[in-house]
Amino acid sequence: MSMETVATPKVKQVNENQCQQCMPLGGVVVFKGVENAMVLVHGSQGCSTYMRLTNVEHYNEPVDIASSALNEKQAIYGGEANLHKALDNVIRVYGPKVIGIMTTCLAETMGEDLERLVATYRENRGITTVDIIPVATPSYSGTQTEGFWAATRQLVAYYAKPTERHNGINVIIPHISPADIREIKRIFDLFGLTYTMLPDYSMTLDRPYGGRYQKIPPGGTKTQDISRMSGARATIQFGVTCPDNLSPGLLLEQEFGVPLHNLPLPIGLQNMDQLIETLEKLSGRSLPECLERERGWLLDGMADSHKFNADGRPIVYGEPELVYAFSSICVENGAVPVVIASGTKSSRLTGLLVTLLTDADEQPVILEETDFAAIDAAGFLSGANIAIGHSGGKFLTERRGIPVIRVGFPIHDRTGGQRVLSAGYTGTLAFLDRFTNALLETKYESYRELRKEEMGIKEGV
Amino acid sequence: MDTSSVTAEGSACISERQNSILTTGKSKSSIHCADDSLAGSVSQRACVFCGARVVLNPVTDAAHLVHGPIGCATYTWDIRGSLSSGSEMYRNSFSTDMKERDVVFGGEKKLATCIDEIVGKYHPPAIFVYSTCVSGMIGDDIIAVCKAASERHATDVIPVESSGFLSGNKVVGYRAAAIALMQLIKPREGETVEKTRKLNFLGEYNLGGEKWVVERYLREIGIEINVAFTGDSTVAALKQAPGACLNLVQCTGSMHWVAMSLEQEFGTPYLDVNFFGAANTAESLRKIAQFYGDAEMIRRTEVLIEREQARIQPILQKYRKKLAGKRAAIYVGGAFKAVAIIRQLKELGMEIVLTGTQTGKKEEYDNLSTLLDPGTIIIDDANPAELEKFLLEKNVDVMAGGVKERVLAYKLGIGFVDHNHDRKDGLAGFDGAVRFAREVYVTTCTPVWSQLKATGRRV
Repeated sequence: MSMETVATPKVKQVNENQCQQCMPLGGVVVFKGVENAMVLVHGSQGCSTYMRLTNVEHYNEPVDIASSALNEKQAIYGGEANLHKALDNVIRVYGPKVIGIMTTCLAETMGEDLERLVATYRENRGITTVDIIPVATPSYSGTQTEGFWAATRQLVAYYAKPTERHNGINVIIPHISPADIREIKRIFDLFGLTYTMLPDYSMTLDRPYGGRYQKIPPGGTKTQDISRMSGARATIQFGVTCPDNLSPGLLLEQEFGVPLHNLPLPIGLQNMDQLIETLEKLSGRSLPECLERERGWLLDGMADSHKFNADGRPIVYGEPELVYAFSSICVENGAVPVVIASGTKSSRLTGLLVTLLTDADEQPVILEETDFAAIDAAGFLSGANIAIGHSGGKFLTERRGIPVIRVGFPIHDRTGGQRVLSAGYTGTLAFLDRFTNALLETKYESYRELRKEEMGIKEGV
Repeated sequence: MDTSSVTAEGSACISERQNSILTTGKSKSSIHCADDSLAGSVSQRACVFCGARVVLNPVTDAAHLVHGPIGCATYTWDIRGSLSSGSEMYRNSFSTDMKERDVVFGGEKKLATCIDEIVGKYHPPAIFVYSTCVSGMIGDDIIAVCKAASERHATDVIPVESSGFLSGNKVVGYRAAAIALMQLIKPREGETVEKTRKLNFLGEYNLGGEKWVVERYLREIGIEINVAFTGDSTVAALKQAPGACLNLVQCTGSMHWVAMSLEQEFGTPYLDVNFFGAANTAESLRKIAQFYGDAEMIRRTEVLIEREQARIQPILQKYRKKLAGKRAAIYVGGAFKAVAIIRQLKELGMEIVLTGTQTGKKEEYDNLSTLLDPGTIIIDDANPAELEKFLLEKNVDVMAGGVKERVLAYKLGIGFVDHNHDRKDGLAGFDGAVRFAREVYVTTCTPVWSQLKATGRRV
C-alpha cells in the first residue's frame, strides 16, 4: 500500500460534523446489558439526558440513566453529596443489584476520586447488596468505542475471581445491534456450546411488547456468570481492533489463563467462516446443517449480485470494529471501499485494513479520528457512490446524493436501529441485499438520463 | 434502606419530589419548581448549553462552534427541525474537540485556531462560540479569545457562556443565548438602525416552516416581518432588529428577556402572541392588528380569520367527533407550549388529566392551574417513574411531549404527539391546527392499540 493513502495528518484542529459519540455513552450501553443494572452518570444533568435521547432514538425503548446533576457549587466544592444522594434515589426507585457509574468530562476535570466516593458511600450507608462499579469515561480521552470496552473490561475486572475450570465459553462483543447479538447466540446454540455473553442487551434494549414500562427490563448478563468467566475454557472476543489496555479478553487471559480467540465480528463470509472454524474446534462438532444451508444461500446471493456490486464505490465509516467488518464484506464482494473512516483513533484498524486490501486494484483513503467534513471531501474526490454507517452520514445523501446503508449506532433518522441484522451468514446476506439494492435503485433511477446526457441526445433529435 | 416507593394517588416515587407535584383543586400549597433537579431522579431536563444551543442554532448563516470535548457538539448537531430559506451553515456542527492536553494546558489556543480555520474556509458573517462544562471549569477565557478573533477577522465572534454545570435548567441557557443575541444586534458606535413599520417575531424557530406560515398571514393584513428570533434568521437581518416598531413574543421562556432588553435599548414595545391552535392564531392576529390600529388592517384580519376558520373548522369538527372525551397528558419543556397544547386539546373536546413541564415558573404554573379542571395532576421536572405512574393512574389515551416521553407512552400502549424541537411538521397557524388535530387523531385512534391490548401484558 502506498504511503499517502495511509497517512492521515490531522491538518486541521476544528472538528466539523462529528463521526463519533462521547465516551460514557459506550459505557452506558454495556451496563444496560447486565442483569438488574442501572446506570448513573456523574456530571451535569445534560450529559445523562443527551445519552438517554441518543439511546432512545436508536433503540426505541425507554432508557433510563440517572444523573448526579452537578451544578456550579459542586463543580467547585466537589460532588460527593450529590453522588451519594443520587445513589440513594437510584436504589430507592430502581432497586438495582448493580449500579454502573460513568464519569463525565466535568467530573474528571474536577478530579473526582470515584473509588473513594463509592467506598465512603458504602461505609456510610452500610450497603452490601448493591455492586457499585465506577468507570472512568472522560470524553477528552476517548470515544464511545473506548467507553464500551472500558466498561466491559471493568465488569470483568470487578467480578472475575479465581474459580474452578468449567466447560463454558466467554463471548465478548463490541457495540452491535440486539438483532446481531441474538444471531450470534443462535449460532453458539447450534454448536451446543454453553457460553456467557458480555454484555447482552439483546432483551433489555429490544423488548417485545408487554404493555408496561419496566424500570429495569429483565435480561442481561448475570453477574454470577461474569464472575465465572475466569474459569472458562476459552474467550471469543469480537475485538480485533480493541487496544490491549482495554481488552476484557486479554485481561482474562493474562490474569486467569483463559485462552483468547480475538476474532473479527462475524459479518461477511470470511469473517463468519473464521468464527465457524473456531467454534468447530471448541465444540468438536462440524458445521450444523442449517448453517451450511445459510452459507450456501449467501454464496448464491454473492454470485447473483457480484456484477452490480462491482459498481459500488463505498465509504465505510463508524466504530473501528464495524468498519473493519463492513470493509471486509465490501472487499470480498468486489466493491472495494474508496474511503474507510472512523471518528475513533485505533491502534489496530489501519494495520488490519492494509492487510485486507493488499490485493485491491485501487487503494482507499483511510481516515482515523476524523470528521464528516473530511469523509465527505475524500468521498467526493474518489467518486464514492454509496456509504455504510450510522445516521451521522445523512449529509452524504442530502448534499451529495450518496445513499447511506444504515448500520451501527446511532440510527436516529430511520426506524428499527435495534433490529438491523448483519451478523452470521443470514445477516451478511441481508446486508448484502440492502447494499446491492441501493446501488440498483440509483442505477434504475438514473441510467436512462445519464446515457442520454453522455451521448448528447436531445428530445426529437 | 427503604426500597418501597410511595404509591398513593397523586404522590411521588421519591418523597422529596412530593412538593413538585400537585393536583388542581386539591393541593393548597403552590408547586415547588424552577429549582435544581434532584440528584438521581432521572430528570427529563437537559443543560444550560443545550438551552443556548437550541435558541441560537436556527441563525442560518452563522457558524456554531462548541468549545469542549466532542460529545456536546455531537449531541446537538442539527438538533432542530428549523428550516432555512437560504444558508445551510447552521446545520453544521463545529467543535474544538478538546483532548486531555487541552484540558491540562488550556484550550484557548486551540479555540483561536479553530475560529481561524472556520473563517478561512467559510467566511461566515458571525461565529457563536459556546462554552461547555470543561472549558468553563478550566477557566478558558472565551470572551477574550472571541474579542481578539473578532478584531483579527473583522467579523462577529460572539461568546455564549453556556457551561453545562451552571444549571440543569435550560432557561439559564436561554439567557446566555439572549445575551449573545443582544451583543450581536447592538449597533456599532455611531451607527443607528432606522425604525420601520415592520415587526420582529421573537421565540419563533421556523420548525417545519412555521415562521413562513405566520409571515404569510401578516403579509396579507399588511405587515412585514423584520426578522424572527431566530427561525430562518441571518446575521445581517438580526442586526436590523432595532428597526422594528413592535416585537412579538411567542416562546416566552426563551425570549421574554430579549423582548424586555429590546424595549429598554431601543424603545420597542412587545406583545405576547401564540400561533398554536386556531383560536390562539385568531386572537394573536387581532392583537397585532389592534396594535397597529389601522382600520384597513383590522378589516383584512377579520376577512382572513373568517375565511380560514370557515375552511378548517369543518375538518376540526370531524376530528373532534372522534376525539371528544379522550384523556390527554402533556409533558413538555416550557409552560408556553403546555398552554398552547391545553387549549388545542380542549378545542378537540378532550380532557386534560396530567400536565407538566421541565422548566415552568411559579406564575406560569398558577396560570396553568386556571386552565385545567379540578383533579388534574400538575408536575414539575418529572421523572419516568412518575410519568408512568400518572399515565396509568389517570388512564391516559394520548400524550404530547418529546422523544423520551414517546417511547414510554408507546410501551404503555398510549398514543403520542411529538411537540419537540426537532419535529419536522409545522403546527402553527390554521393549517398547523389541522395538522395537530390529525396527529392527535391518528395516534389516539390507531388500530394498532386495540391489537396490542388484545395480545399484550404477557411478557
